[in-house]
Amino acid sequence: MSHPSEAQKFIKNENRVNWHDESLWHVREKRDKAANLFPEWEQLREKASQIKAHSLSRLDHYLEEFEKNATANGIKVHWANDAIEHNEIVYNIFREHGVKRIVKSKSMLTEECHLNPFLEKHGVEVIDSDLGERIVQLAKETPSHIVLPAIHKKRMEIDELFQKHLHTQPSNGDAIYLTAAAREHLRQKFMKADAALTGVNFAIAETGEFVVCTNEGNADMGVHLAPLHIASMGIEKMIPRYEDLGVFIRLLARSATGQQVTTYTSQFRKPREGTELHIILVDNGRTVQLGREKYRRSLHCIRCGACMNTCPVYRRSGGHSYQSVVPGPIGSILSPGIDMKKHASLPFASSLCGSCSDVCPVKIDIHQQLYAWRQDITRETNEEPSKKFSMKLAGWLFTHPNLYRKAGKFGRKALKILPRWMVYNSLNAWGKQRELPEPPKQSFQEWYQQNRQKNG
Amino acid sequence: MHIGLFIPCYVDQFYPQAAIATLELLEKLGHQVSVPPDQTCCGQPMANSGYERYARQTMELFVENFAEYDYVVAPSGSCVYHVRKHYDTIEQTSEVLKIREKTLDICEFLVNHSTTDSLKSSFPYKVGLHQSCHGQRGLRFAKSSEVVGEPFSIVRQLLDKVEGIELIDLQRADECCGFGGTFAVAEEAVSVKMGKDRIQDHILNGAQVITGTDMSCLMHMEGIIRRRKLPLRVMHICEILNHSEQHEPSI
Repeated sequence: MSHPSEAQKFIKNENRVNWHDESLWHVREKRDKAANLFPEWEQLREKASQIKAHSLSRLDHYLEEFEKNATANGIKVHWANDAIEHNEIVYNIFREHGVKRIVKSKSMLTEECHLNPFLEKHGVEVIDSDLGERIVQLAKETPSHIVLPAIHKKRMEIDELFQKHLHTQPSNGDAIYLTAAAREHLRQKFMKADAALTGVNFAIAETGEFVVCTNEGNADMGVHLAPLHIASMGIEKMIPRYEDLGVFIRLLARSATGQQVTTYTSQFRKPREGTELHIILVDNGRTVQLGREKYRRSLHCIRCGACMNTCPVYRRSGGHSYQSVVPGPIGSILSPGIDMKKHASLPFASSLCGSCSDVCPVKIDIHQQLYAWRQDITRETNEEPSKKFSMKLAGWLFTHPNLYRKAGKFGRKALKILPRWMVYNSLNAWGKQRELPEPPKQSFQEWYQQNRQKNG
Repeated sequence: MHIGLFIPCYVDQFYPQAAIATLELLEKLGHQVSVPPDQTCCGQPMANSGYERYARQTMELFVENFAEYDYVVAPSGSCVYHVRKHYDTIEQTSEVLKIREKTLDICEFLVNHSTTDSLKSSFPYKVGLHQSCHGQRGLRFAKSSEVVGEPFSIVRQLLDKVEGIELIDLQRADECCGFGGTFAVAEEAVSVKMGKDRIQDHILNGAQVITGTDMSCLMHMEGIIRRRKLPLRVMHICEILNHSEQHEPSI
């Protein structure tokens, strides 16, 4: 299944598309407002990009420095090569502690590792404690956005979902009532959890601590109640010094939602007395991407989601159309690095407008990388033989000026005289909802020969 | 100063009036302009579709056709962007390096390398400016809405010189129209929806004409406008700049 066919399904309901587009555009506008209050915004982006480039260039060094300092702080550090190793590390810790129920705050990495189904298979109850993630979990769906996981769901749908799972009364989508119900439901889960899982937004090599940003306080609620905290982190989240943190904290929430700062920016340095704190450093393809020079900058990503909110394609095709854990522009340059064949259509799901690159707080050249992936994908997968043929033909025609002129003349004439059904049919994707240009009598070159060359 | 005029393939075939307006504008301002007869395409359609390798010879032909000129001027930010930014995959001969530096969109050329005082254009209509992305974000014709800083726009700067024109403001100043080359066909549903939304913004704000620096975006929007019989039309910016009460365009 490819992006265009999934997008087409989403677009069938135009009212819904308009609503989805406007909701996300609203977030983009809030981001613009927040960024514009900040005269040094562009310098800050540049600085953040440089810090990331530097960290990635010495990632091995900083990871080891982090391990040393975190261990000295009393944090247990684990290394996972891939998703399978990550999941096994988590489960082994749980087994040692007899963990049966856990709460998990938002972590795209655990989505990437498909941790939930793995743990459920081993009899562990997993509750996603971020409201949006809990909604998609109850609906047996996946997040459609990395910051706003349930952005594709309308209030009435959540109302129905809660009636079914949380036994609420029909409330006509009353947000206050529904949030209160979710709160009560989640509080009970927090109270009973044997362990809390979180993601990691930033890890600081210098101090051996890590930072988790949320708006709902759900990460804190989980880890402050449970005797065991496991944090899962992609290795690219490393930053060198404590003072670098401010650069990213200033960019993250502003880019994500237009807030000045996330409601909770929690720094974890050592385990609470009587509890255990573990962190798992996960590679899962990141070092391979690090080795690809033209795609290296994709690892700058701080998962703010701004490229999704700004992307005119994402807003109109919905996050699920990308069929990848991280959707939208950034997902379209990360996912082919993990499975090029499966995600072959994603780098083409863009008009290359470049809005993503301009909005990105860490200056990833997203649209350039989309262009580069396109070149790699057509070479290394058997993507659409008919397109390959027509591109080869076009390349040939454009190097034969005489034939190009003749073909142009023939084409324009054909458009004029052919009956409409022969031009507008199922083979003509352009003409499904658009007219072709009205063919003029003369091409410019023909006009020029007649009006300038002869006189001149 | 000798200018080689590059007319993108689809403009040559389908929009000769935009090409003629570009030529007439340059001539009016006293420039020496030639149109190399063997020009075809810049190579972008293949390259953006992932087939840069099939575009190489087309790109080399472009260089061959235009090597002798001081400037290559084209009525298309998108083709110019391709020449300047993506001709790094062919052998970097001195000719290629020069072409990559000297190829300019007509608006850049008019603002930075020409006087425009003698233009005397007039166009008494309500006009919406479509900021085509490759000119906007690729060549920085204007500050994009994502970037923080002082606003500027060389395209607006030119349109502001046109007598009687009323430039309307849009809800979304620089959102993509959804053309995107083969994207328009490969992602037909998304492309058309993007186009419809862009046109709607212009209609809601009272535009009679949508103009822009790229005929390709305008071709896509025109296709939707004509199919849906919407009450506005598209014109390349050169057609507006070349428009005056005394002088109606040749076609």
